[in-house]
Amino acid sequence: MSLNALTIAETRDRLRRKEFTARELAEAYIRAMEAARPLNAYLVETPERALAAAAQSDARLQKDEALPLDGVPVAVKDLFCTEGVETTAGSRILGGFVPPYESTVTANLWRNGALMLGKVNLDEFAMGSATITSARGPTENPWRRKGDNRPLVPGGSSGGSASAVAVHAALAATGTDTGGSIRQPASFCGIVGLKPTYGRCSRWGIVAFASSLDQAGPMTRDVRDAAIMLKAMAGHDPKDSTSAPVPVPDFEKAVGQSIKGLRIGIPKEYRLDGMPKEIDALWQRGIDWLTAAGATTVVISLKMTPYALATYYIIAPAEASSNLARYDGVRFGLRVPGETLDEMYENTRGQGFGAEVRRRVLIGTYVLSAGYYDAYYLKAQKVRTLIARDFDEAFKTCDAILTPTAPSAAFAIGDKMDDPIAMYLNDVFTVPVNLAGLPGISVPAGLSADGLPLGLQVIGKAFDEETTLRVAAVLEDAAGFEAVPAFLAGAA
Amino acid sequence: MSALVKGHTGEWEVVIGLEVHAQVISKAKLFSGAATDFGAEPNTQVSTVDAAFPGMLPVLNGFCVEQAVKTGLGLDAEINLQSVFDRKNYFYADLPAGYQISQFSRPVVGRGKIVLDLPDGTAREIGITRLHLEQDAGKSLHDQHPSKTYVDLNRAGVALMEIVSEPDLRSAEEAGAYLRKLRSILRYLGTCDANMEEGNLRCDCNVSVRKPGGALGTRCEIKNVNSIRFVMQAIEYEARRQIEVIEKGGAVVQETRLFDSGKGVTRSMRTKEESHDYRYFPDPDLLPLTLDAAWVEKLRKSLPELPDAKKQRFLAIGVSGNIVNSLIEEREVADAFEDEIKKRISQKGLSPEETKSAVEFVQSPDQRQLSPSLLTAVTSSSGATSSTIVNFVFAVANARKEDRATLVRRLDLSGLGDLQDRKVISGRMVREIVEEMADTKKDAATIVAEKGLKQVTDTGAIEAAIDAILARESAKVAEYRAGKEKLLAYFVGQVMKATQGKANPALVNELLKKKLAG
Amino acid sequence: MALDKATVARIAALARIKVPEAELGALAADLSKILTWVEQLNAIDVSGVEPMTAVAHAKPPLREDKVTDGGIRDKILANVPETAGGFFVVPKVVE
Ligand SMILES: [Mg+2]
Ligand SMILES: [Zn+2]
Repeated sequence: MSLNALTIAETRDRLRRKEFTARELAEAYIRAMEAARPLNAYLVETPERALAAAAQSDARLQKDEALPLDGVPVAVKDLFCTEGVETTAGSRILGGFVPPYESTVTANLWRNGALMLGKVNLDEFAMGSATITSARGPTENPWRRKGDNRPLVPGGSSGGSASAVAVHAALAATGTDTGGSIRQPASFCGIVGLKPTYGRCSRWGIVAFASSLDQAGPMTRDVRDAAIMLKAMAGHDPKDSTSAPVPVPDFEKAVGQSIKGLRIGIPKEYRLDGMPKEIDALWQRGIDWLTAAGATTVVISLKMTPYALATYYIIAPAEASSNLARYDGVRFGLRVPGETLDEMYENTRGQGFGAEVRRRVLIGTYVLSAGYYDAYYLKAQKVRTLIARDFDEAFKTCDAILTPTAPSAAFAIGDKMDDPIAMYLNDVFTVPVNLAGLPGISVPAGLSADGLPLGLQVIGKAFDEETTLRVAAVLEDAAGFEAVPAFLAGAA
Repeated sequence: MSALVKGHTGEWEVVIGLEVHAQVISKAKLFSGAATDFGAEPNTQVSTVDAAFPGMLPVLNGFCVEQAVKTGLGLDAEINLQSVFDRKNYFYADLPAGYQISQFSRPVVGRGKIVLDLPDGTAREIGITRLHLEQDAGKSLHDQHPSKTYVDLNRAGVALMEIVSEPDLRSAEEAGAYLRKLRSILRYLGTCDANMEEGNLRCDCNVSVRKPGGALGTRCEIKNVNSIRFVMQAIEYEARRQIEVIEKGGAVVQETRLFDSGKGVTRSMRTKEESHDYRYFPDPDLLPLTLDAAWVEKLRKSLPELPDAKKQRFLAIGVSGNIVNSLIEEREVADAFEDEIKKRISQKGLSPEETKSAVEFVQSPDQRQLSPSLLTAVTSSSGATSSTIVNFVFAVANARKEDRATLVRRLDLSGLGDLQDRKVISGRMVREIVEEMADTKKDAATIVAEKGLKQVTDTGAIEAAIDAILARESAKVAEYRAGKEKLLAYFVGQVMKATQGKANPALVNELLKKKLAG
Repeated sequence: MALDKATVARIAALARIKVPEAELGALAADLSKILTWVEQLNAIDVSGVEPMTAVAHAKPPLREDKVTDGGIRDKILANVPETAGGFFVVPKVVE
């Protein structure tokens, strides 16, 4: 078995048993990273840095003083600022930007012994569901439809992360999730993606998209690895006012625990008209697996669900329009000259932002502008209250909620590109979770008729990632998902 | 005070509201750990938060909140236990994030008031609409390069309190009095240095005119005026300008104007149509600010005595109403005065119990009953000390461009008071001694000894002088004795002249009357 | 809400994003479609509902008034497109 096929848990144990060294592991991953170049997952490769960190891990492993993640090679979404390594958020406007600081989440990983392989691609400023809006070109999904070699999207915005993990070019990756950007690409690429409770991971040092929704989380091969990664990434950070001052449990302990007696909520509003039958069937299988494992199901009502996307597409662009105002050509990144200051701003931002970012910034500017604030932004914030209230009500009768992750499997690069709303519909099951600030995880649960991975989503109560992981692990076990992406099968 | 302005068509009323930006006294910035010191090298007091680098987040400085709440309490204002930080979005070179974190719909401090002490001795209450916390912007320098603007972000992110008044002010004088009173309160509280010249107190003036009792006129906002004198000039000019516009049949355009202090005029900056659309919304990086009611009450109890209360107390211990406002304007001066009069009381040879009672009376006159003689001792001491400070020390400070409080502290006022009380010197000598003390740093007794300024209290010497004058002025003596008693003052003057001002005036009076009576 | 080209131009100016004249029409159509779509929220009665401004309910942390940052001009200016004498430099602003 190749080193790259191991999970974090397996790698950790074997490294400690000295079956191989962190250096050997790092070298294997560097080779895989190079082999995966055709997918355009990595924007920046940092092999020297990975090897230097591996040497330190080996020194600790030799002395039996290993840190929890010693030797684990990680791909970092290019939304996390990494000290001394270019960070662009997939945007032309941040071209060449080298942060003089390290994001809290990545710093936590390195402190726990993990090492960085490189920075991976994303939709520009994390705005997208397909990793096609990056200034550095689209990332490909390593999966192919049966008998069809057309390149597919990996989902997004954390598509580079998902693709790299799926193709074993990283043992794990960091992602961020504002409306589904961890869970949907995880579903599309057949991996596990966990969006923690809002406030669980620090946002400090992560390029902001929509501050009240953004949350970092792990993308991994399996549920246990997600638990291991989350423990290392999470924690209260006094530099982020919205970071929760709550203890970080040992999430790994939850994995493998029985779900006997747990009440699983099944939201009736998630049965969308026109949803593919195979998604519905997958969902039903998930219900059956959980009941077989001793859980009971309850039908719950999340009646505001149909309005979640529209709410999201007011709030997120509004916050983004303000968050992205700092990209003005004055202090860092791109500057396109102009005669006056305003001309310089307009040229820089006109040429620095891609079409989708531009669209969202303009929508956001509009919904906050004089005369429209109440009708759009304030209204959306009130609906957001109702959406969160729905979940509060639902969690009075259930312990976790089961839904599909996305309404479809991965689609071809080029599809849905000229219809922003069709693209937005990808996030219909994931967005409400961000609006309410809850934890959600996507677990690969089966294949579509075309042979593409499909995920199921477990939603938990705020700060109850443990139950979320517990349920996810049962699904994972029952699903026994072992399919391999075409790219990997071909390479093997 | 007559607040009306005469125009060709009759009288006009000027309506003024002021928005003051007061820089909070704090070591670190409102949302970052960078220093706030004035005058550092460009961009050396800038963190990646202040420069709005990607992924940087604000964390609120608790002391700045305390300063704002203290100020609110000092303005007798409502403290909002829940307030919200909003983003005010606009693009400018010295605004790194493209938004200013401010408070829009829910400020930390709500309605309050300031009592103005007007020069004619009347008082007037001016409403405070609100006080909110916000970040300062950086500094743009337009004069360093012919085609470039240079930007220094040292000031970016420093905490400001924006204090907004109701449109209750009716004249430039009132606006000046308002700013002086506000400055005084801020300094008493220690929440702002309130130095307009250094830019830590900045004022925007909203000015409109109307016929007395009529509907409010269209207002203009004069931005960023940087001294009290300029605020008054700008308002005077702007009111005249608006009256002229209306009287010529025109209409005032709502706009932002700048005051040109060189020319003494205001000029248009931008009209309302060109004004910004700030797109305020709650900053999602910051949670709503929640204050604990008990904490606010604790702060309220810890507030220092403020000018209004001090004024009542000083009046009660014998400071004259004419000078009390000048004495209390600066806390340091008032404190120095209080120390001086306590020293002076202790030099009066009272018993320890009497001294204790007198000092306690100074501290809380409404709590203490004093015997009439003790009360006189206190009130005469404070009357004399306060008038020395206001009439002489301030004049010397002004002439020498020295800080009043520093000078009060530096001079040997208790020595001076002791000499006055013992009638060694007369009141006429005080100015000279104060000037000499300021120049030489010597104590009062030394100066008196060196300059031979001792008051003549030797009855014999004074009698000799009187006798000589009365002999010389026999005609006037006859007039006096015939009933023209006004001439007493003339004789006193002559005696004082003859003794080079050193004679004790009371003694001169007494002896003259006796001799003139024959 | 259907946005016309002039409105899009005004919003773009407010957001300081240069949009070539030729692209205004298509952009107006895109934005109009999105705005019309989000207007489905009009169907919801939100009377008496408080807006949700923050997900977290905890009290915000307050910093001590200590100088812990700054003095890093080299880092602050390391990525700057134009600098002189320790300043950021931009085209001249006329007030
Ligand atoms: Mg203002
Ligand atoms: Zn302000």
